[in-house]
Amino acid sequence: MTESRIRPIVMPKWGLSMSEGKVTGWLMKLGATVKVGDELLEVETEKIASVVEAGDQGTLRRIIGEPQTVYPVKALLGVLADDEASDSEIDAYVASYVTPAAAEEEEEAGPQYLVAELPSGTVRYAKRGEGDAAIVLIHGLGGDLDNWLFNIDALAKRASVYALDLPGHGQSSKTIADPTLRGLARALIQFMDEVGIEDAHLVGHSLGGAIAMQTALDAPDRVRSLALIGSAGLGPEINSGYIDAFVTAGSRRELKPVLQHLFAKKELVSRQLVDDVLKYKRLDGVDEALRKLTSSLFTGGRQQALPGAVLRDADIPIMVIWGEDDEIIPAKHAATLIGKARTHVIAGAGHMVQMEAANAVNALLEEHVGAGR
Amino acid sequence: MARKISMKDAINEAIDLEMRRDPTVILMGEDVVGGTGSPGEADAWGGVLGVTKGLYAKHGKRLMDTPLSESAYVGAAIGAAACGMRPIAELMFIDFMGVCFDEIFNQAAKFKYMFGGKAQTPVVIRTMVGAGFRAAAQHSQMLTPIFTHIPGLKVVCPSNAYDAKGLLIQSIRDNDPVIFCEHKNLYAHESDVPAEAYTIPFGEANVVREGKDATIVAYGLMVHKALEAAEALAKEKVAVDVIDLRTLSPIDWDTVIESVENTGRLVVVDEAHPRCSIATDVAAYVGQNAFGALRAGAQMVTAPHTPVPFSPALEDLYIPSSGAIVAAVRRTLASGEGAGGHRKAS
Repeated sequence: MTESRIRPIVMPKWGLSMSEGKVTGWLMKLGATVKVGDELLEVETEKIASVVEAGDQGTLRRIIGEPQTVYPVKALLGVLADDEASDSEIDAYVASYVTPAAAEEEEEAGPQYLVAELPSGTVRYAKRGEGDAAIVLIHGLGGDLDNWLFNIDALAKRASVYALDLPGHGQSSKTIADPTLRGLARALIQFMDEVGIEDAHLVGHSLGGAIAMQTALDAPDRVRSLALIGSAGLGPEINSGYIDAFVTAGSRRELKPVLQHLFAKKELVSRQLVDDVLKYKRLDGVDEALRKLTSSLFTGGRQQALPGAVLRDADIPIMVIWGEDDEIIPAKHAATLIGKARTHVIAGAGHMVQMEAANAVNALLEEHVGAGR
Repeated sequence: MARKISMKDAINEAIDLEMRRDPTVILMGEDVVGGTGSPGEADAWGGVLGVTKGLYAKHGKRLMDTPLSESAYVGAAIGAAACGMRPIAELMFIDFMGVCFDEIFNQAAKFKYMFGGKAQTPVVIRTMVGAGFRAAAQHSQMLTPIFTHIPGLKVVCPSNAYDAKGLLIQSIRDNDPVIFCEHKNLYAHESDVPAEAYTIPFGEANVVREGKDATIVAYGLMVHKALEAAEALAKEKVAVDVIDLRTLSPIDWDTVIESVENTGRLVVVDEAHPRCSIATDVAAYVGQNAFGALRAGAQMVTAPHTPVPFSPALEDLYIPSSGAIVAAVRRTLASGEGAGGHRKAS
C-alpha cells in the first residue's frame, strides 16, 4: 500500500483549547533521514512554544508548513516517506490531503470540560478516549489539567483518560477541605466514585505524584499502577525558594522568573503562560488555598509526607520519570524506588518533563500502562 | 468556567458577585433599576444601556433609582461611603460629572487627608466615556485626564471584559474613591472571563503585544486601535510593544519606562483632547525620567482640541484612528538616532 509508505506530518493539537498553531521554523532539512522522536519543527501557540517530534520514520520528502505561518490543527505541514515512494505518489498524497474540520473533531471528542460535584466542592475535569482501562492524570501544586496538554490525546488512543483540576486549582472549587496528602487522596477517590472509575492507572506529576501514591496506600484496590513524574513524596528535599516565590508572586514581572524554574528550556515560559498562571492566582480563594497547601505539605521547606518509602513493599507496578534538570524536586529522588520501580531520567528536561519531552514521556507511559493492564 | 462574555456582562457580574459577598455594597443611579413604581416594570431598564439589568431581581432594595440630580446622589453615595457602606454610583455619562465636582474633588478626594486618615471613602463612581456612539458633544467626551489630575482619586479605564471585571471588583474593595470609566463602544466586546471573582491590582499595566521597534501606550478603546496599528506595522516588519495602562491613577510607570528602554521610541495614544492629557503626561514623564533611552521625540496621537462632532463623518475623523497611530510610529522611526530602522551599533 502506497499510503503506508507515505506518512503526514501535521499540526499537532496541544491541549483542549488549541485550534491552530504557528510554524516558527524547521529543524530538519528536506531529504533528511528521520527517526522516531527526532525533532522536526518548532510550533508556537498562544500558550506555549514547543517542538514537533517525529512519530514515524522515513525521509523528509516534502516541507509544506511555511515559517511564521499559522495553520489549523491537523493541517499537513510535511511528508515523510520511504525512498521507494515516487514523487508523483507523494504529490498525489499532498493534493488529496484534507484537513479535518475543527467542528467535526469537537463533536467526535465531546465537550471539552466536564464538572463533577463532590462533597468537598466542584471539580473540573476533561475526559478523552473510550478504552476499557482508565488513566487519571493528576497535576502538581499551582497547576491544572492543561499541564497534560501534550499527553492527554496521546494516551487516549487505548484508554479512557481523565485529567482533573485538583481542589483549589484550575477551575475547581477553591476551598480545600483537608490540605493534607490524605485529604487530597480522599478527594481523588471521591472524584473516581463520582465519575464512575472503579480502578485506574494513576499518573501524577509533582504533588500529584504524592497524591497518587497516597491513594494507592489508602485504597489499593482502586489503583492499578502508578506513574510518578518529577514526583513529590519520594524524598524530603524541595526547592522551598520556588514554592515561596510561586505563592507570593503577584505580578507578571515577579512570576516569570519563578516559572522559568519549571523548565530546562527557559524560553518555553511564554507571555501567555505567565498570564494564565497569573489569572489563576488572582481568583478569589486561590492565595488562601496555596498557602494552606504549602504550609501543610512543605512545612519548614521540607516535604512532610513521604509515602514513597512505604510503597516499596506494595504489590503494584510503578514507573518513575524525571527530568534530569529538575530545579524543583531533585532528580536524585528518582533513585528512591530503584529495584521496585522502572526508572527513567530524561536529559535536557526540567520539572515539567511531560511537556518538555512529551513524546518520550508518552511512549514510556503507554508502555507502562500497557504492561500494567 | 472561563467563557466568552461581553464587557457589559462582565461589569454586571462583578457587581452581582460583590453584592453577594459584601452586604454593604449598594448601587444607585439614574434608571439603574428602571421604572421602579410601575407594576411589572421594576427591572425593565437596568441603566441607560442595560448594564445593571437583572440585578434588582437578585438584590432588591440595595439598588436605588435616583432623581435626575447627579450632585445629590453622588453626594449621597460619598456620604454613605464615609459612613461605612461601599456604594457604587452610576453616573450615565462622564460629561455630566461637572455638576458634582465639589462632591468628588473637594469632599470624596479629600476626606482621608483632611481627617488625618481617620475617614475613608470606598465609593466607586461608574461612568460611560468616549466617542463613536453618535451621541454628540455632551455625551461623548473622554474626561479621564481631569480626574487623573486630582490626588485622592483613583481612575480606571478597562479595554476588555476580563480586565473590566477584575478591575471593578478591585475598585469596589478599594478603600479610596474610584472613577471607573466604561467605554460605551467596548460594552459588546467579548473576552474569556472566569465565572469566579478575581481582582486585578491597580497600577499594573498590561503588555498586550511585544515588539522591539517602538512602544505604543494606550488605554480603553485606543488599545484596540493600537493593536490594529501593530498588526499593520507587522506587515512592514515593524514590531511594537503595545501597553494597556488599565489604570491611569495610579499609573504603572515602571512598565512604560522598561519598554521604552528596550525600544527607544514612544507613541502615546489618548482619546482625550491633546492638552493636559494622559498623552502629555506619559510623554513628559518619559522625557524627564528616561530621556537617555529615547532615540527620537515622543509622538502623541490624540483627539483634536474640539468638541466631539455630531456629524458621523466628522466624529469618525475625530477619533484617533489606527492609521494615525501607524503614521506616528513611522514618524518616530524616521526621526532621531538610528532613523530608518537601522540601529546604530553601540
